[in-house]
Amino acid sequence: MAADTRDFERLSVESATVVRHQSAWARVRANGSVRIGGSVLAVLVLIALIAPWLGTVDPSLFDPASRDLLPGRAGEITTLDGDAIPHTFWMGSDSFGRDIYSRVIYGTRVSLIVGLATAVVSVAFGVLFGLLAGYVRWLDGPLMRVMDGVMSIPAILIAISLVALWKGSLLTVVVAIAIPEIPRVTRLVRSLVLTVREEPYVEAAVSLGTPTWKIMLRHILPNTVAPLIVQGTFIAASGILVEAILSFLGVGLPPDIPTWGNVMAEGRAQFNDFPHNIFFPGIFLAVTVLAINILGDGLRDTLDPKMARRG
Amino acid sequence: MSAPAPDGPILEVRDLTIALPAGADRPSAVQRVSFAVGRGEIVCLVGESGSGKSVIAQAVMGLLPKTLPVTGGTILLEGEDVTRATPARLRELRATRMSMIFQEPMTALNPVMTCGDQIDEVLAEHTSLGPAERRRKVLEIVREVLLPDPERIVASYPHQLSGGQRQRIVIAMALVLDPVLLIADEPTTALDVTTQAQILRLVIELQKRHGTGVLFITHDFGVVAEVAHRVAVLRLGDLVEIGPKHDVLQRPTHDYTRMLMASVPTMTVPERRLDDAAPVVLDVRGLQKVYRDARWFGKTRMVHAAQDVSLAIRRGRTLGIVGESGSGKSTVARCIVRLIDPSGGQVLLSGADIASAKAGALRPLRNRVQIVFQDPYRSLNPRRTIADALIEGPMNYGLSREAALDRARALLQTVRLDASALERYPHQFSGGQRQRLCIARALMMEPELLVADEAVSALDVSVQAQVLRLLSDIRERLNLAMLFITHDLRVAAQVCDDVAVMSRGRVVEYGPAHQVFGAPAHEYTRSLFEAAPGKGFEFGAPARAA
Repeated sequence: MAADTRDFERLSVESATVVRHQSAWARVRANGSVRIGGSVLAVLVLIALIAPWLGTVDPSLFDPASRDLLPGRAGEITTLDGDAIPHTFWMGSDSFGRDIYSRVIYGTRVSLIVGLATAVVSVAFGVLFGLLAGYVRWLDGPLMRVMDGVMSIPAILIAISLVALWKGSLLTVVVAIAIPEIPRVTRLVRSLVLTVREEPYVEAAVSLGTPTWKIMLRHILPNTVAPLIVQGTFIAASGILVEAILSFLGVGLPPDIPTWGNVMAEGRAQFNDFPHNIFFPGIFLAVTVLAINILGDGLRDTLDPKMARRG
Repeated sequence: MSAPAPDGPILEVRDLTIALPAGADRPSAVQRVSFAVGRGEIVCLVGESGSGKSVIAQAVMGLLPKTLPVTGGTILLEGEDVTRATPARLRELRATRMSMIFQEPMTALNPVMTCGDQIDEVLAEHTSLGPAERRRKVLEIVREVLLPDPERIVASYPHQLSGGQRQRIVIAMALVLDPVLLIADEPTTALDVTTQAQILRLVIELQKRHGTGVLFITHDFGVVAEVAHRVAVLRLGDLVEIGPKHDVLQRPTHDYTRMLMASVPTMTVPERRLDDAAPVVLDVRGLQKVYRDARWFGKTRMVHAAQDVSLAIRRGRTLGIVGESGSGKSTVARCIVRLIDPSGGQVLLSGADIASAKAGALRPLRNRVQIVFQDPYRSLNPRRTIADALIEGPMNYGLSREAALDRARALLQTVRLDASALERYPHQFSGGQRQRLCIARALMMEPELLVADEAVSALDVSVQAQVLRLLSDIRERLNLAMLFITHDLRVAAQVCDDVAVMSRGRVVEYGPAHQVFGAPAHEYTRSLFEAAPGKGFEFGAPARAA
């Protein structure tokens, strides 16, 4: 029989089978939602980056002479140096005579930074807590009960009280928005860790003498990346929304920083006469959040098919 | 086993071709397959994974997914072409003329309906019988599949029954309308060997009594030897050989069938010279593992997964632990590798106790014992290259990357894989190749003891034969001690020098393999051997003259 060994391996069905695999990146690129959401988002990022060259003026510059102008009105605006420069108010001006177009365009920067920063902060802490809860068994109970506690308080209330405690600044707003999101990420990561730690390749690593922290970094963490990217995009979208809400309520960023929420808050009193004060920042807010959500949906479908079926 | 009455086949498959979606490894799942099943005949469709045997069953039942269209040929059920039947006609044919039993009885039953209601549903759907009449028939069929206490069984939910009982319910559902054709798709693969033997006996008995034609799909040649009248062998969608059981299994004509038959391990223990003076590598003394199910209210439940297990392995020898699911054999393996903490007893590895070692003392012991798991698809991290997987262990113990890579290259040769494997990812390998890689990964640590936990159970028979050969090769060459956990007695007979039989957490019989296999002393061991499918059947050997 031994002489036939080579023959066996040739005849065996296995050697004839070649497994094919489409890379995750190729699937992501081919997805329609990812393309649409991604391109809109790319345009918004571009707008934020080149804001000074888009025909804007200093967003905090106010000119009492050009108050409450309607969209599209050409006029002039006086700089701090006292020079009057000709300027078209594409989106009109507010009751202080500030150019709404400039404020909205610069506001894109703030919104995108807030979205990205909240996503990064909450994912970073969520991963840390999730790994600990999932891998260090005695920490699981206490840590998750704290997370349950945080989740039981409405997110917007936590954010309002945190900003009220500290002073309103970009950092405090980001932290205030990120904290209520941390438990959700923690739960996601914990459940992934609990599944992956039972995989034979993790047990093999244990028997190979791999230290626990290395097992987490090498074998467990990479499995959480795809779901976390998906979760991160949704957190970014909700972060942008919550920032706008906080600013609108007057507990977000200080009024001198141009954010979509601030512009809308200032326009609220005159909504009946000058709806453009709220209309333009509202459009930008809606489009941004929609783009991120569409992108997130596409990423979920391609990177995390299990979650897509459930949802 | 007499030939069936020659009054025309009930199922005739002619030139059946089923396409695979674009991008698959071959254009069609099955091509130009022809065979027939006669009245009262059991035809076994055998083949390794990917041979297309289940696809044929689905095609006959009209259950093919849209991605797998029938592109040629006909399937005649009592002369009627199933491939052209309307969905309504197919629904009628299923259950009344043909029915199917599946591999996993738990998923084939609805968990929120009682077993009686599920059988009743078949009757209500396809007959005009009144409730009392249906109830009588339900009880009758439940009695016929030999379930005890039919009244209670009928009122039970699937989770309240054992795996074997559930499979009997599935069989009852399939046979309640007395179909002419029964398709059994690996019906006993998920069951323990003793339960399997009972179910097989039941299928044969019912089939004889009702004169049903059976298309029996399996990868297990022991089962084939047990049930088949005729056997059809599939390889990558081609039917390579078909004929009466004794012809195909004992006088195969096609190369592929011959190779398969030579791969089926025999139940006879081969002679091997053993060195009784070799040092003892593993000495397990009174090993205990208790799972406590603590509750806030009520009593704490204790599950004794392993009780008072004592074993020893000398260098260069293989000890097999055999037993059915839940016998505690894997628990013992995992305690020995210290993937779980034993509740008591000692596990001495060349004298050092690994059972009670604390984290610091455990690390230097870890590389002395390595494990190979059952599932080759989950044993390698899909995101890391083979090189990374292989060098991880030695580098944990301070070997330089270059030295580890050199060792990896040498070991790939040992497990008969090309050195180019190093840069590739696990998904680029087949199941058998992956299992070789897992063996290589374990050997990278230069262990004294290699634990194989059902390491060949998930593999096709020809691949299994290759991996078994590799394992015994390695044991010889490296003079390793090996602990081989398996539920498959044939495999155990081939590789083990000593055998421990486990049942309910205890070792019930322990001794040299030829003794345990030749003259089993314990009642449980005898029942295991009694249940082994195809025992006494010689594969590939010429049949003795009658």
